[in-house]
Amino acid sequence: MSLQATCRDVGEIAVVDFSGKITLGEGSATLRRMIRELVAKGHRKILLNLGDVDYIDSSGIGELVGAYTTVRGASGELKLVYLTKRVRDIIQITRLFTVFDVQPDEAAAIRSFE
Amino acid sequence: MAATNQRLEVTLETQLESVDLAESIVMRVAEAAGFSEDEIHKLGMAVREGVINAYNYGNCQDRRKKIQLAVEFDPEKMVVHIVDEGCGFELSEVADPLAEENLLRTSGRGIFLMRAFMDDLAVRRGPTGGADLVMSKKLPHAVSGNGECQPE
Repeated sequence: MSLQATCRDVGEIAVVDFSGKITLGEGSATLRRMIRELVAKGHRKILLNLGDVDYIDSSGIGELVGAYTTVRGASGELKLVYLTKRVRDIIQITRLFTVFDVQPDEAAAIRSFE
Repeated sequence: MAATNQRLEVTLETQLESVDLAESIVMRVAEAAGFSEDEIHKLGMAVREGVINAYNYGNCQDRRKKIQLAVEFDPEKMVVHIVDEGCGFELSEVADPLAEENLLRTSGRGIFLMRAFMDDLAVRRGPTGGADLVMSKKLPHAVSGNGECQPE
């Protein structure tokens, strides 16, 4: 299954619910396009819900890092929530827990943007 | 596709679809060899990263070039070869993606993931001068040369 992305606003925070795989090709491109659109529209607080992302490869990880630097470059904040075990494992072994702000649940994530 | 009891070879086109195809082939072979679900996932992902490497960096997305995928077994391990038609490289040339200065790079984690998910990874020179990625994983149960299980 390719990556599906749905965006909703919670106050001034853009929450993007992803479902599927973030892998080389369409999945990575969907993530990149979504982040660029949000930043272009002026969003500076972005929460990526990865609860239904069951697979990510090195291209997907690279795209997440690219999303982080894009949002940071626009003086914004990007956070992650609801990591599945496989995504969490990859982020853990690549040391990206030191880069990403990973929140335990959506309520905590929303509060953390304040 | 050519296959014997101990070796399977597939010639892949240099295209995006080959990444998923190689992964699914190796996962099916690994399943038949008795690997656990978690190990099958790791094998598939390592092969996926190897073919991405061949597609992007070895063959530079040149559709005239091919990628050779081979899976073979010895009594103790499953061995996968991914051969491209590029210029080859040395593992020692690959930057450490865990180094502080590389953490924000958007690429360069494929080799690291292959190493993390397999027991062993080596890079040799392929027949056309490209890279021959050789990765292996110990079989869940030791098997004899004729494919029969040995008593533990």
